[in-house]
Amino acid sequence: MSEQITGAESLVRSLEHSDVDVVFGIPGGAILPVYDPLMDSPSVRHILVRHEQGAGHAAEGYAAASNRVGVCMATSGPGATNLVTPIADAHMDSVPMVAITGQVPSAFIGSDAFQEADIRGITMPITKHNYLVTRAEDIPRAIKEAFHLASSGRPGPVLVDITKDALQARAEFVWPTHIDLPGYKPTTKPHGRQIKEAARMIVDAHRPVFYVGGGVIRSQAHRELRQLAELTGIPVVTTLMARGAFPDSHAQHMGMPGMHGTVGAVGALQKADLLIVLGARFDDRVTGKLESFSPKSKVIHIDIDPAEIGKNRYADIPIVSDVREAITQLIPAVTSEFDAGNRADLTAWWITLNHWRETYPLGYDQPSDGTLSPQYVIERLGKIAGPETIYTAGVGQHQMWAAQFIGYEHPNTWLNSGGLGTMGYSIPAAMGAKVGAPDKTVWAIDGDGCFQMTNQELATCTINDIPIKVALINNASLGMVRQWQNLFYNERYSNTDLQSHSIPDFVKLADAYGCHGIRVTKAEEVDKAIEKSMELNDAPVVIDFQVHRDAMVWPMVAAGTGNDEIQFARDLAPQWERGDD
Amino acid sequence: MARHTLSILVQDQPGVLARISALFSRRGYNIESLAVGTTETEGVSRMTVVVNVDQHALEQVTKQLNKLINVLKIVELDDNTAIARELMLIKVKADDQSRSRVLELVELFRAKVVDVSGDAVTIEATGSRDKLEAFLNVLAPHGIKEIVQSGVVALARGGRSIADRSNKNPDRSN
Repeated sequence: MSEQITGAESLVRSLEHSDVDVVFGIPGGAILPVYDPLMDSPSVRHILVRHEQGAGHAAEGYAAASNRVGVCMATSGPGATNLVTPIADAHMDSVPMVAITGQVPSAFIGSDAFQEADIRGITMPITKHNYLVTRAEDIPRAIKEAFHLASSGRPGPVLVDITKDALQARAEFVWPTHIDLPGYKPTTKPHGRQIKEAARMIVDAHRPVFYVGGGVIRSQAHRELRQLAELTGIPVVTTLMARGAFPDSHAQHMGMPGMHGTVGAVGALQKADLLIVLGARFDDRVTGKLESFSPKSKVIHIDIDPAEIGKNRYADIPIVSDVREAITQLIPAVTSEFDAGNRADLTAWWITLNHWRETYPLGYDQPSDGTLSPQYVIERLGKIAGPETIYTAGVGQHQMWAAQFIGYEHPNTWLNSGGLGTMGYSIPAAMGAKVGAPDKTVWAIDGDGCFQMTNQELATCTINDIPIKVALINNASLGMVRQWQNLFYNERYSNTDLQSHSIPDFVKLADAYGCHGIRVTKAEEVDKAIEKSMELNDAPVVIDFQVHRDAMVWPMVAAGTGNDEIQFARDLAPQWERGDD
Repeated sequence: MARHTLSILVQDQPGVLARISALFSRRGYNIESLAVGTTETEGVSRMTVVVNVDQHALEQVTKQLNKLINVLKIVELDDNTAIARELMLIKVKADDQSRSRVLELVELFRAKVVDVSGDAVTIEATGSRDKLEAFLNVLAPHGIKEIVQSGVVALARGGRSIADRSNKNPDRSN
């Protein structure tokens, strides 16, 4: 008879077969059998986090930095429910992730047993797929399928819930040789005729724009994108999820569109006659009021998820495909159109675009009272740490400033929670990113609100030698909420004052966690603190940048209004018209 | 808004009904009727779902359903090219004076009586939604005590089965 091993052993062996090198997790009763053989795995390193949400975001950060599948693990009940936020986050931002949870023994399921939660039911709407495994012999297949589903097609999170009795039972280990999922056949190659039609539409357009989304980063299509952009001379905008997919320094880059996008990028989309949409989904934060979004444009929509095409905006040419594959085929198709002499003149379009770009550049005012400007801090960080660094952010004002002022040149260097908008993402995601890309410098740009949600993972970082660096943009407020209260609620600051210039003392907190702590309150201290941090690699560093609290994120398209109503500063709307429209 | 009948082949696995019904509710679509049963193929179940949505929403819900890993195929069955039936059990008041008139209606609608007691009869009726509605209208004056109704089940006319029809991804580009 062949070798019989426990379900727990077979799970660990399955992870080894899936080339997993790191698992972020916390043990507990139902998952406990796994932790015993995990200790002996020669290739799977387990990093013990301080909260399961941290494990989930770390797995996301690992995945987003390395283009591999991130793995997190938790026990049943509260362990599993603590993973819900990062799973939902990964679902919204198409992050390849496998979450493994222990479940109460199968005989107890449905009995409201201790630490029982129906995590499969709970995560059904926020996973790409999920499993409840109750037999040891089913574990290898579930794991193999989970990794395949998480990383192929439109990536996303897959949860595998395994009952304790399945982990304890013995079965022969059989690693499946093939995957049999008859209901899962992602379309990865574009239709040739659609590519031809798209090429024709692209060369004919007089005001075309590449509207680039996170799909370009997930499919690693940045080189092909640059080639196509330079071939055509068409302007590019990169969404919040796509920052780094196209170099910020590139002359054709108009910046980020959307609620806090540049006037140039927003204007380019609004006044375009053709949107070439690459791995993006017409999110409401990009489109503003949908009815008035880019009213005169035709749309070529390329996405691997057919459900995104036509969801929010009609596509004149829908192309279901891996975006890299589609761009690769567009390049020769466009070239042959050019060779045949078909090429619209973009000169007038670029005159308009350059006018917007020059007239309404990104900028900010220095606070008049001598206090520190948050935008200045982030701008200096981008200059000193440079474009090879990986930056993560939480959610709020600091996130928007980080998207605006760092300057991204490479994909997978900007990690943030775009779709779900999860405060607390930054620190654990930075930890995961540093583990996934250990040779890179990783800066977590965080707000004082976000930081206080997940900063306990600094303990994990210090203990496991994961020297991340934290730029805490501390305005002692829930800054973005405060900005909305300022603009839309008569400056009535209900429950947004965190008082975190004094409580807690973040320098002492850093010290307590074994990190280096530095406080900065003046502009002239900024460079020195960042430079010093760049040299400290023996432990994590936290710089408490105590900044002005009334700084606001501009430009802004107020929620519920159209993109034409963008303001580049308070009560200042750009002049779009130059006689032509 | 219009009524659409979707025939969905799914892998017969635990939780699959929950996945489908949850998807409808999460995306804000109301299921009018739902019937689930086994098929000629082992391991494959068939769900017949009736939804009342506009064309854009129908396309969206079909695409979202197609993303479920356990969904094998989706075909929309329209009234002109498919046969749709539902089953209804109706308990109607019927005493010695009214029973014969009720039985006449049963005969007329080609339904059948499956249980009789002193003051009521229970009728089994199958048919299209319109026919059953008409039947209920004529029974109503006699006093309907209770109704139970199945979801719609439907099959395309002609010799081809759903397995012969083109694949689950009816996207315009493919």
